[in-house]
Amino acid sequence: MSKQPNVFDSEATCSSHDPHCEPQAADTLPCDSVLDSLTNLPSPEHDRRTFLKLASLPCLAACAGSCVAGWPTLALAAGSSPAEDSRYIVEAQFYEKLPFKKTRCKLCPRECVIDDRERGYCGVRENRGGTYYTLVHSRVCAAHIDPIEKKPLFHFYPGSLAFSIATAGCNVNCKFCQNWDISQSRPEQVRSSYLPPKDLASLAQQNRCPAIAYTYSEPVIFYEFMRDAADAAHALGIKSVVVSGGYIQQDPLKKLCPSVDAIKVDLKAFSEKYYKEVVNGELKPVLDAIVTMRKLGMWTELVYLVVPTLNDSDAEFRALAQWVKSNLGADVPLHFSRFYPQYLLKNLPPTPQETLDRAKAIADAEGLHYVYLGNVPGHPAESTYCPKCGRVVIKRIGLMTQEIHLRKGKCEYCQQPIAGIWQ
Amino acid sequence: MRYWLQSNRRDFLKTCAASAVLVRGTRTLSSFFSAREKTKVVISRDPLLRGAGSSLDSARLLNMLDRAMLAVFSTDSPLEAWKKLFRPGEIVGLKVNGLAGRGISTNVLLIQLVCQRLQDAGIPQKNIIIWDRLNDDLESAGFRIATHPDRLRCFGNETLGYEEDLSIYGSVGSCLSKTLTQVCDAVINLPVLKDHSIAGVTLALKNMFGAIHNPNKYHLTVGDPYVADVNMLPPIRQKVRLHICDATTAQYEGGPSFMPQWTWPCNALLLSRDPVALDYTGWQILEQKRAEHGLKSLRELNRVPNYIATAADSNHRLGTNDPGQIEQTEV
Repeated sequence: MSKQPNVFDSEATCSSHDPHCEPQAADTLPCDSVLDSLTNLPSPEHDRRTFLKLASLPCLAACAGSCVAGWPTLALAAGSSPAEDSRYIVEAQFYEKLPFKKTRCKLCPRECVIDDRERGYCGVRENRGGTYYTLVHSRVCAAHIDPIEKKPLFHFYPGSLAFSIATAGCNVNCKFCQNWDISQSRPEQVRSSYLPPKDLASLAQQNRCPAIAYTYSEPVIFYEFMRDAADAAHALGIKSVVVSGGYIQQDPLKKLCPSVDAIKVDLKAFSEKYYKEVVNGELKPVLDAIVTMRKLGMWTELVYLVVPTLNDSDAEFRALAQWVKSNLGADVPLHFSRFYPQYLLKNLPPTPQETLDRAKAIADAEGLHYVYLGNVPGHPAESTYCPKCGRVVIKRIGLMTQEIHLRKGKCEYCQQPIAGIWQ
Repeated sequence: MRYWLQSNRRDFLKTCAASAVLVRGTRTLSSFFSAREKTKVVISRDPLLRGAGSSLDSARLLNMLDRAMLAVFSTDSPLEAWKKLFRPGEIVGLKVNGLAGRGISTNVLLIQLVCQRLQDAGIPQKNIIIWDRLNDDLESAGFRIATHPDRLRCFGNETLGYEEDLSIYGSVGSCLSKTLTQVCDAVINLPVLKDHSIAGVTLALKNMFGAIHNPNKYHLTVGDPYVADVNMLPPIRQKVRLHICDATTAQYEGGPSFMPQWTWPCNALLLSRDPVALDYTGWQILEQKRAEHGLKSLRELNRVPNYIATAADSNHRLGTNDPGQIEQTEV
């Protein structure tokens, strides 16, 4: 045999995977300026495409800022961050240990059974020697300052800003995902910054954001971080809002609710078939979670992305509206949102406006008080109407609140209480 | 966003060029699986592979490899067989499986011998890359990370990262490893013969999950049709030219993690150019071993690897799972 290079390690043993090993350097978000973060990104050697992508970031930031009155963006470039950092790795709160070093995740209804050195469906929780860890605590891969209406939360401090963050990963795989580059990636595959709960809360405060939004990917999968951050935010008087698919088990949900102030659920369809084929999830646990949120007094709004031919029948709209009214009440806002071709569903057209109008008409007819249309800027159904007198009580255009005609949570014209959290 | 199935001009030309290379170099997949020609799966065994101890005998393992190559390619010399596979100047990737550490990963000695034979066939060290999903997996399996371009290289996908664009086929949308797409001209797939607690078995087809960025998304429904669909992604389908399944040590239960109580010294290599036929054959070996030990069949456990049949169906045509079309040879 000819001489072989030394890539064959005859002395190697299995690596320990000790999550508490010495941390390697990682970039951090500065607390004094959100703009600085754009210049503090690590500088690996970039190919041409990556260079152009990074170079375009300030332009993107400027564009995004225009819709929120000049606020800068904290967008972090996609890339790889190979170095493992023990600061991100925290033992998961909901799992059980099984024989042969296996674990069963108890966070979402999928209940992944995970072998040693393997990860769950979400890609951000890993079994290491029979102990289950989240790999994304304080590992922020996207941070923006958005109007609260972008979540959308229309009945929660209208006109305010939300300091919005995400980590990599998701516990479903929607074929229409618009953020698939972070939601369907593992944490080490996207560039992230270390942003621990107290720093996150401080950053939100410094940027005059009354709320932190856990959004973009799926906050259920960064549950531990979200809960710690929400508690840190409350200590500073900052609210927390969750933008989620609602695919979560009852126990973690019940423990989360006291720490957060509002939840917007993406109810992606009203059929198990759609959830199985398009979402890779299940409908029933989501419905159960929404009912629990309401029972616990959580302010809840629902979004239903209307995808042409897949979840846009009259019967489905009607069944959805009837379920909302009978299980949650007529005051829960329901947003029908327009689909645009994305990710794995690029073969379908955008939702026709007539379809959205039809959905709203059906939901209105079923007696829901607050039915909105989303992704149709300028449509009258972006605004809130008093269910009693029919006057506009909150006028919106796009994601901007233009006028508010409420006094102490009541219509200023007829004094009808308008459901929501207003002050 | 670009997709593999919606190629731009550059991709189209690259694909044409790759096809031309395949046509000139060796038989194309379509001709390989042409009607009435049986597909070969060679099982090379040596009961004395370990001698008195537990470590493998290098000379015997090399002999097993040579015998298998002769049988697969119907040639008179191993060198001739290897030369049939690759053209001068091509960069050859060895896709190993190091997930389970030293206990049940692609054996380091086997890789050394494959590298040896590649060099004998004129592939210089610098044109050989040992790769897997993660550096950590490689190191735990007994390899050392090496990235110098003038030497034999060994690294995980994180070294070069993944393509930004999605590759899509059927149920799968994934970003492929740049090691596969941008560096390797050809790939030898070197899985391990072992059980998989979710996907039934993990052999040649499943090993290519190590080339995508999101394998965690594709273990639902016992991996069907995901495993087959991943293997349809053009860079995988076009570049993988040989499958060498390491069955020197095999595991019939409890995989993919190493469970020593369910491993046995199988002392074999399975070689084929057809990943479906190889997977079908390996699956039967594992089922037989399970039966010998009184374990339930994978069907009884609801983890039949139906993705093997899917890979053979008319939409995929990645090979055959028809025993009547598989020429199984023991050497």
